[in-house]
Amino acid sequence: MNALLVNIDWAEIGRATLDTLAMLGGAMALTVVLGLPLGVILFLTGPGQMLRNRVANGALSLAVNILRSVPFVILLIVMIPLTVALVGTSLGVAGAIPPLVVGAAPFFARLVETALREVDKGVIEASFAMGARRRQVVLGALLPEAMPGIIAAATVTAIALVSYTAMAGVVGAGGLGDLAIRFGYQRFQTDVMVVTVVLLLILVQALQMIGEAVVRKVSHR
Amino acid sequence: MISFDAVSKTYAQGGGRAALDGVALSVAAGEVFGVIGASGAGKSTLIRLINGLETPSAGTVRVDGDDVAALDVDGLRDLRRRVGMIFQHFNLLSSKTVAGNVAFPLKLAGMPREAVKRRTAELLDRVGLSELAGRYPAQLSGGQKQRVGVARALATGPKVLLCDEATSALDPETTEQILELISGLNRELGLTIVLITHEMDVVRRVCDRVAVLEAGKVVEIGAVEDVFLHPQSPTARRFVREVDGPLGGEPGEGAAVDGRLVRLTFRGDATYRPILGAVARETGVDYSILGGRIHRLRDTPYGQLTLSLTGGDVAAAIARLTAEGVRVDLLDGGAAR
Ligand SMILES: Nc1ncnc2c1ncn2[C@@H]1O[C@H](COP(=O)(O)OP(=O)(O)OP(=O)(O)O)[C@@H](O)[C@H]1O
Ligand SMILES: [Mg+2]
Repeated sequence: MNALLVNIDWAEIGRATLDTLAMLGGAMALTVVLGLPLGVILFLTGPGQMLRNRVANGALSLAVNILRSVPFVILLIVMIPLTVALVGTSLGVAGAIPPLVVGAAPFFARLVETALREVDKGVIEASFAMGARRRQVVLGALLPEAMPGIIAAATVTAIALVSYTAMAGVVGAGGLGDLAIRFGYQRFQTDVMVVTVVLLLILVQALQMIGEAVVRKVSHR
Repeated sequence: MISFDAVSKTYAQGGGRAALDGVALSVAAGEVFGVIGASGAGKSTLIRLINGLETPSAGTVRVDGDDVAALDVDGLRDLRRRVGMIFQHFNLLSSKTVAGNVAFPLKLAGMPREAVKRRTAELLDRVGLSELAGRYPAQLSGGQKQRVGVARALATGPKVLLCDEATSALDPETTEQILELISGLNRELGLTIVLITHEMDVVRRVCDRVAVLEAGKVVEIGAVEDVFLHPQSPTARRFVREVDGPLGGEPGEGAAVDGRLVRLTFRGDATYRPILGAVARETGVDYSILGGRIHRLRDTPYGQLTLSLTGGDVAAAIARLTAEGVRVDLLDGGAAR
């Protein structure tokens, strides 16, 4: 057994795992903070919605599509000056978070928009008929009704972020992806590669299971 | 309580076709007012103008003293607390429990927590759902969901209840229960009710007056008894026939008959009195029954018969029947009554 895992430095693996979790946690939190309102605004400014506004919706939609069409590896590189300006470095966990958020927030926003579109229009109308203000409709009816869909969207986004963090390893972000590339790929240490991939798999699996459990908890359909 | 004055509505995406066209009607306080029409006739548009979910393209809608279109945001919110609404598909929040749904309009109105709790319990009791307060809508039957809808609509103590096809998604038995609940609210709370439906049976059971809507226009309006027993428009006649079936014996229908073709309408007590036989004996008129029905309009029984009268003194027979409170319509031309 130990012979098979001859190249493994468990302390290093542990550090890398924590780095990955830190990147994931930080990026996910900011993605939700930015992506959720963006998704809500995308929805509300859409045709036939409460704040319908063709110009604003078109502009936001275009911005989201541009960011989503840039391959993440390219985003990592072109973001470097901005990242340095924002967090002082483009390396390590801190340096990885801005590109991760810029990559994931538009994706999450689109998924949120879709989840909001699934909400029964009748429920929104009923809320207005009860004398709700727009803000009350959004916070009291629209978002709670869309919550299962939003949680599912967050799960998909978190899992996408896991693979983004691995890619961020390429530009020196650290974490499990970085380990896999530096040792597993560049130095042909297959055992390191296998261990990191297994850890990433466990992470993805755990996210999926947690996500599904939360969806089940909040869904009363 | 509610009045429509030359109200028209053309939707921006409506291809220029008016959903409502010059509608004028008024609903008195405490009345159960029905609006019947085929799909696409404009019923939902009409009811949604009452609580400002739509704005008229022309004309004025006045509700409880307010010109709905002239209200500002706060005025409209205030009006909507005085006008409750229930829906065909219930439109309950799936993310909230039964109690949460009923409490929602109260929270929107900024009522304190304790008061919300008390009022919610009271409302659930009123609709007979106290036991199910903690359930989610997905765990309820259609009838139970509509009861939640009713409790929610009543939460802010409205004077008017709008019902948009509130029983169309329910089976006949549940429909009966919900209609009973709605008429109870009318009787006990004096609620003014506007009830939209495409089923004449619903109108017959609960409404005082009814407007018949056809392609955005009111083609007939009046007391339910009158519209039922003597529908003037082809649309109204069609709706009546849908629930009552054809009366039978209409001119041009079936075999040619001798004698005068008449339709008798009995209402209330007259329905059960042996008037026809007595009159026939007295006047020497023979009758053959070509068609007929007996039904109830809310609490009033009514009967209609199509007869052919031969021999004897037909004119005297008609006069006697009319004197007994029976309405006589001559179906083969000539002066009615
Ligand atoms: N938001 C809208 N935009 C464009 N056209 C509309 C809109 N709402 C309704 N219409 C049109 O207005 C007309 C009347 O619609 P309305 O919903 O009032 O009919 P209805 O009598 O309630 O029909 P149903 O019995 O099917 O509910 C229809 O031709 C419909 O297509
Ligand atoms: Mg309708």
